[in-house]
Amino acid sequence: MLLSLEPRGQQSRAMLWLSPLLAAVLTLLCGSLLFLLLGLSPGLTLHTLLIAPISDWYGVSELLVKALPILLCALGLAVAYQARIWNIGAEGQLLLGALAGSAVAVNVIDWESRWALVWVLAAGTFAGAAWGGLTAWLRTQFNANEILTSIMLNYIALNLLLYFVHGPLKDPEGYNFPQSAMFGDMARLPLLSDDGRLHSGIYFALLALVVIWVLLQKSFLGFQIKVLGLDRRAAGFVGFREKSLVWFALLVSGALAGLAGVSEVAGPIGQLVPQVSPGYGYAAITVAFLGRLNPLGIVFASLLMALLYIGGESAQLSLNLPQAITQLFQGMMLFFLLACDVLILYRPRMKAVWKKRLVGKAAVA
Amino acid sequence: MSSSPPVPRLQLQGITKRYPGCLANDRIDLSIEPGEIHALLGENGAGKSTLMKIIYGVTQPDSGSIVWHGEPLKMRDPAMARQLGIGMVFQHFSLFETLTVAENIALAMGSEAGTPKQLEPRIREVSQRYGMPLEPQRLVHSLSIGERQRVEIVRCLMQDIKLLILDEPTSVLTPQEADELFATLRRLAAEGCSILFISHKLGEVRALCQSATVLRGGRVSGHCVPADCSDLELAKLMVGDAEGLESSYPKVSGGRVRLRVDDLNWHNIDPFGTSLTSLRLEVRSGEIVGIAGVAGNGQDELLALLSGEVRLPRGERERISLDDHPIANLYPDARRSRGLAFVPAERLGHGAVPDMSLSDNALLTAFQQGLLSKGLIKRAKVLAFAEEIIQRFAVKTPNAQAPARSLSGGNLQKFILGREIMQQPKLLVAAHPTWGVDVGAAAAIHRALIALRDAGAAILVISEDLDELFQISDRIGALSGGTLSPLAATASTTPADVGRWMAGQFAPQAPHLCTGSSASSAATLS
Repeated sequence: MLLSLEPRGQQSRAMLWLSPLLAAVLTLLCGSLLFLLLGLSPGLTLHTLLIAPISDWYGVSELLVKALPILLCALGLAVAYQARIWNIGAEGQLLLGALAGSAVAVNVIDWESRWALVWVLAAGTFAGAAWGGLTAWLRTQFNANEILTSIMLNYIALNLLLYFVHGPLKDPEGYNFPQSAMFGDMARLPLLSDDGRLHSGIYFALLALVVIWVLLQKSFLGFQIKVLGLDRRAAGFVGFREKSLVWFALLVSGALAGLAGVSEVAGPIGQLVPQVSPGYGYAAITVAFLGRLNPLGIVFASLLMALLYIGGESAQLSLNLPQAITQLFQGMMLFFLLACDVLILYRPRMKAVWKKRLVGKAAVA
Repeated sequence: MSSSPPVPRLQLQGITKRYPGCLANDRIDLSIEPGEIHALLGENGAGKSTLMKIIYGVTQPDSGSIVWHGEPLKMRDPAMARQLGIGMVFQHFSLFETLTVAENIALAMGSEAGTPKQLEPRIREVSQRYGMPLEPQRLVHSLSIGERQRVEIVRCLMQDIKLLILDEPTSVLTPQEADELFATLRRLAAEGCSILFISHKLGEVRALCQSATVLRGGRVSGHCVPADCSDLELAKLMVGDAEGLESSYPKVSGGRVRLRVDDLNWHNIDPFGTSLTSLRLEVRSGEIVGIAGVAGNGQDELLALLSGEVRLPRGERERISLDDHPIANLYPDARRSRGLAFVPAERLGHGAVPDMSLSDNALLTAFQQGLLSKGLIKRAKVLAFAEEIIQRFAVKTPNAQAPARSLSGGNLQKFILGREIMQQPKLLVAAHPTWGVDVGAAAAIHRALIALRDAGAAILVISEDLDELFQISDRIGALSGGTLSPLAATASTTPADVGRWMAGQFAPQAPHLCTGSSASSAATLS
């Protein structure tokens, strides 16, 4: 083997910071190569993908709108993943949050008070938590693998949503389109400014960020969650309650995903539609790991992910770039980011053995 | 004793092996004659295991040469080693528990050796010849640890064996079983088989081996004839600095009862586990009670019940009490708040989280010591607490932020023990406190335990190391098959008595019956 990885023994502080930079350089290099091969100008394409989308206030606000649900879901997932509970169900929890919030919202369209919004948000958050709780119950009661159950619950949630949006929640005056009535103004998240779609859901995201940061970095509960994730036997040895921690992690994760879902329908969309989420819950899994399960890291990662979404769309529109190519570029960036993180714990080394063999072969030739 | 023929069976010349961050073997020379029993002595981490793996072809040396019967060769893999007639018995057996003895042996020997049925007569013959009776049709899970070791040895003897390597074979045996093993090994050596015997127990090395190579820190620190050296001389070769290894502590009798285990019965649902039957035990303040026993006789189960990892239903909470409070139904943290401290058998993965810093690992069990406020961690206090442990117990580490996995076994054990002692426990339960720990750290750990005892704490030590138990405990007993022998004052007990208890014979026996050659295992580093 030409290159081998050797464990460092402990984390490299320098690489903690250098690895994302290295990944960025590699992505830009390989991306440029890709665009050159396609006969495009690398400079222009990269600009369209990465800079143009956020060169004005509207762009930035769109970025935040996109990043918001991803951030909320990823923060919740970070809690579960720190405990090594592999909740893949953020998507389902998000959809169920949107569904439950909508079910309340269409019944309070006439309300004149802000309580409408409170009930809508509470319903969505609770529904998400309950959906997460279902996974926790299956896990703690029957020892069912949470990866499988949470994925399956995603499909159930999606089909529940489709059933309701085609049936009981369909707008009677909506010309039979599969969508609910528009929510009343009092049930909608107020916009932050007149231009753009940025809404007050951003405050929830900031609040969640602070709470999750304190939980994971400062609190003893967060410490217990990390111990459970790193070393189940040690957690049992000191008497941390494994079942309660599993419940807690999945409830928090579900509640935040539910809040993300209800914030979408009560925010930018304003009604329940079949396409509430373009896969935010799944993107959040990548984002959580990209941010190294650290709340602050997750903020950057979710902004990056949102940028890739928006940049991809605008490159399709303005450069006629096929969707496959923008997805290839996104994949490349995520690949390099995660791959470079290997360098935090491992040191690359050229193997001497290989050189010797090479010399041997040269001699034979 | 050894009439050296011209060609040694195995010679190692300048073997060097480097792992990331450590030089495991540094220019090691070693020579073994035919029919010689050669000891490889050394502390944990001295490089014994690496050297064995090199001889057996599991890993390749970076430099140096292996000479077999005068022929230099490259040991490619264990298959090649076996073909040459090298057999190895690892410390952790590689047997399939659900298969029979014959099936296990047939599996290891490959299909050309024949079916298990065809092998049976030879297994019987070989095992009889060397005094290791084995029934080929028995399932391995029904065998005792000593019998399983016989399977491993017989497996090596089935072929034409020239060199047998044994890695700490007596660590899992009672003193009597160890004597039987030694008889077998002597017979093998008399037939011309060379034996490389790896150990850190000086008494048995002296009893068995004609010559010894001592390793320290990856280098050969000396070759010697064990019979001509004192324990202190050997210990100095192994440790370098034998200071503080003197090991006789005065025996005391305790005060009031702290821990009481009263008729504890516990059924293990694991078919390969051990159930506990009517266990009775008292540990008093200011005394150390030692419990001996071969691994797998109920130690893990008793420890889990004492720590609170396994709890009894509320109705049976009186079975275990601490200072007359029933605790058998309580979680570990509730027991801790009543004054229990605990050093589990495994340091990494049980007593400490490998990937967490020492500071976090201090918090792990000491969180009830005022290190929290309203659910938040007081980082500065935790750090100060960790640094105090490191300082008071002389833990060698760059700082309190170093991950637990980066510490050597002895240092981490000092840290864990320090963490428990600093909580000023009323009762300390310690499992195998010096297992895999170098002699220097072991002496420090023993001193710390004695100091805690003298400060009035009750201490229960469960260990497989008889020498250690005789050295530090005031009363001693043994677990066998989930039952506990009566406890007796250590001062009036011999290792042979404890050996019998370990084998399950609790009834008192006439003294003349239990003398014998087991004195070897009682030798301590005094």
